[in-house]
Amino acid sequence: MGNKQTIFTAEQLDAYQVGSLCFVINTSSLFILIQKLFYRYRDLAPQLVPLDYTNHPDVKLPYELIGSMPELKDNPFRQRIAEVFSEDGEGNMTLDDFLDMFSVLSEMAPRDLKAYYAFKIYDFNSDDFICKSDLEKTLNKLTRNELTDDEVRMVCEKVIDEADLDNDGRLSLEDFQHMIVRAPEFLSRRKPNNITYILIWF
Amino acid sequence: MEALKEQVEEKKKLVATLRNKPWRMKRRLDVLKEAQDFVEKFEGALGKGKGRRLYAFKVMMAKKFIKFKRDFENFKTACIPWERKIKDVESHFGSSVASYFIFLRWMYGLNMVLFGLMFGLVILPEVLMGLPYGTIARKTVPRAEQDTAMDYSVLFDFEGYCKYSILFYGFYNNEKQIGLLKFRLPLSYLLVGVGIFGYSLMVVIRTMARNANEGGDGADEGDFTFSWKMFTSWDYLIGNPETADNKYASITTSFKESIVDEQENQKDENIHLRRFLRVLANFLILCCLGGSGYLIYFVVKRSQDFADMDNADLSWFEKNEVEFVMSLLGLVCPPLFETIAELEDYHPRIALKWQLARIFALFLGNLYTFLFALFDEVNEKLEREKIIKNETELALAHYYANYSSFYNTTDVPPPNVHPADAIRGPCWETGVGIEFVKLIVSDVQVSYLTILIGDFLRAVIVRFLNYCWCWDLEAGFPSYGEFDISGNVLGLIFNQGMIWMGAFYAPGLVGVNLLRLLSSMYYQCWAVMSCNVPHERVFKASRSNNFYMGLLLLVLFLSLLPVVYTIMTLSPSFDCGPFSGQEKMYDVVMQAIDQDLPAFIGNIFTYATNPGLIIPGVLLMVLALYYLNAVSEGYQQANTDLKKKMQAARDEEKNRRNNKDSTNQVMKDLEDLLPNKSLIPRPIEEEPPLDVEKVSKPTKTKPGSSGNGVNLQKEVSLAAPNPRGPVTHGPGPRGGPPLNTRGPQPGPARGRGRGGHPRR
Repeated sequence: MGNKQTIFTAEQLDAYQVGSLCFVINTSSLFILIQKLFYRYRDLAPQLVPLDYTNHPDVKLPYELIGSMPELKDNPFRQRIAEVFSEDGEGNMTLDDFLDMFSVLSEMAPRDLKAYYAFKIYDFNSDDFICKSDLEKTLNKLTRNELTDDEVRMVCEKVIDEADLDNDGRLSLEDFQHMIVRAPEFLSRRKPNNITYILIWF
Repeated sequence: MEALKEQVEEKKKLVATLRNKPWRMKRRLDVLKEAQDFVEKFEGALGKGKGRRLYAFKVMMAKKFIKFKRDFENFKTACIPWERKIKDVESHFGSSVASYFIFLRWMYGLNMVLFGLMFGLVILPEVLMGLPYGTIARKTVPRAEQDTAMDYSVLFDFEGYCKYSILFYGFYNNEKQIGLLKFRLPLSYLLVGVGIFGYSLMVVIRTMARNANEGGDGADEGDFTFSWKMFTSWDYLIGNPETADNKYASITTSFKESIVDEQENQKDENIHLRRFLRVLANFLILCCLGGSGYLIYFVVKRSQDFADMDNADLSWFEKNEVEFVMSLLGLVCPPLFETIAELEDYHPRIALKWQLARIFALFLGNLYTFLFALFDEVNEKLEREKIIKNETELALAHYYANYSSFYNTTDVPPPNVHPADAIRGPCWETGVGIEFVKLIVSDVQVSYLTILIGDFLRAVIVRFLNYCWCWDLEAGFPSYGEFDISGNVLGLIFNQGMIWMGAFYAPGLVGVNLLRLLSSMYYQCWAVMSCNVPHERVFKASRSNNFYMGLLLLVLFLSLLPVVYTIMTLSPSFDCGPFSGQEKMYDVVMQAIDQDLPAFIGNIFTYATNPGLIIPGVLLMVLALYYLNAVSEGYQQANTDLKKKMQAARDEEKNRRNNKDSTNQVMKDLEDLLPNKSLIPRPIEEEPPLDVEKVSKPTKTKPGSSGNGVNLQKEVSLAAPNPRGPVTHGPGPRGGPPLNTRGPQPGPARGRGRGGHPRR
């Protein structure tokens, strides 16, 4: 396995399998999954992405292309997701970033890893704390601005009240993790409501 | 050598956990390369690595299992009927409206089983193995009615061909065993009739018990309600704009529900005024109920008097007085109760329960009149039957006497009368069955018409007349209707009560109800989505639905009583139905026990029905009830105590962290004095790795801060086993000494090193 493809060298594949990707478990599925992902990545911009990655080309896809993927385009947090996983923090992703994103969002990723990245996604101003303005932005994105200002304020106050353990008026990573691992849905939040889309997120 | 081995082990561990680290891919790949090179270089000197294949296999099996579980869950979810529809309704109207549809679906399932029982064990045998239409008297339309038997108006009243069909009791023959299989139809009929109640009772109680386990009233959900709603409600697997729309709507609705709950909790209470208002409201409503009860009683009495008078003298109003008064009460009282209930100012969920209970009391009056009228009819028919029976016997005796005297034999063949011409009794059971079926059908018509006119027409008028009307119809007076949860739920419950009562006399009734529920589901779902608007205060339904179940149970008992009474006391008609010829209906069972079962079972039954055995049995059950009640109360108490403890622990933890700053100096001094020194050495020895980490990645914070190498339970551990040792999180908010930032850790690991530590 591995002599049919010319995208990656064997060492690269091995490195992906052993050290980096959560969803890959053995060599036989490795090549298929990585190839699938590689072609998804390439399909976004065939003219930019070379077919040969053996010499680590430095190719970045702009955020607009990433955000138009079917898995992400309905997600209210797609911009933050792209920003968090991209190297430059702007949403432009290399292939490594792309694989990283799928790895973390897959089912096999450990809870703590997911919690960590969830924290970064909800931290809009990237100050390592989820402050009130971050909460307000999150809430408005979730409800598409349907709630009144009073209601938004009340909910954000309640959230800080519930989860802020060190009482500094904002959520640190620790507060967030303390709260999120107790959530019943967090453990199964990747459970699909819509069967056909399992195939996209394996 | 040992040190080298340790280092190799460390590197290997690092490689194993590398994918759990929140680093950039590039960094991970670099670290991996470095670690792998190191291990390769030195491992050769130490021996081979092992277990990788096994690990890979285990992981693969785990993944396959997860996928299989997921597929199976999806399949199960896809099998539940109408799930998508109900989710749609829930996302737009809230869980309280959806709870009605879930209840409707549950009811449909129940009726499906009841229909299966009735159809398979009573109707099918009679159709397949019994005598066909027209062979005997009870199965044929009488000669006098045959001309009009097919008319639509007659069929609509369930006379004519309908009356002499499998739909009703009268059709069934009383032959003890029919067909090749020697199927005992009368016995089966009785047992199915009773079994319907038994099964319904079992299912209702089982559902109640299951719901009680699932937790409480829907009021409390845990410590982090809003936080969880905010951070975990979006489904990252949504890839479809419509689903996304629904998800947005449901998230908004869910937030609004929790906000309502929260506002209720925060409301300022003037408790005395509230209590007074509530007492006043209850008093007013009791007066209303009492008044309506008396009105019903009065009207029924008058109708009895009218029945004695000649029919021609009565005006239309007097003839239909009862129905008129009932409809009036049904229209006027519920809105009246709602208006009075505004005085009470309850949480909407509780207000709904009160409303349900009150309308239930009102509808009981309805039930009373209906049953009263029915019993009158039955008694009258019984009277007539006696007369006809005497006549028939007389006629038969004459026939025999004539025949034997004419032909001089004693072997007399049965009279050669065409089934359509035979004299027949009034068959009160079929009459009762017809009444029930007519009631159900008219109920269906009324409810569908109400929806059509009250909701749909209203919505159409408001929408289109708005363009040319003086005031804003949509915001002002009529506007769009809200879904009336209490009315619909009660309608459903009472409907089911009617089915339970009538199923014994009209086996086809369950099938009719099944069709009704099916069409009702689609019709009402459509009506809700297209004509109704969500309630102003969307509230979360109590997750358990136990209140509906409780009402249903009550109705089940109420409907059991008349049926059992008739089985035990009234004698069956002599010429129709499966029990014709018996003294009492349950005689069939007695006969079966005597004749068909072995002798000792008969003995057992005789002993079992001895009062000397029954009374102690009842006493025992009462005692068991009392004991179980006491035990369950004990558990509930223990539950609340535990919850309080958890809450107190959480508050204490919070306080401790808040107060850390002020008392920290004291703590430090105290800890210096302690021989344990469990706390202080730790932060110091971890400073170097902390600084190193911080320097290399200034913007990243460390995950899994409170691992401490101790995993209390699997769920609580926040860090995967980290070979670098426990790491603390980034700079604390106060920028004080590292001791501050250590504060959060001991939280979950409380049971461990902090035992001897003095608490404030």
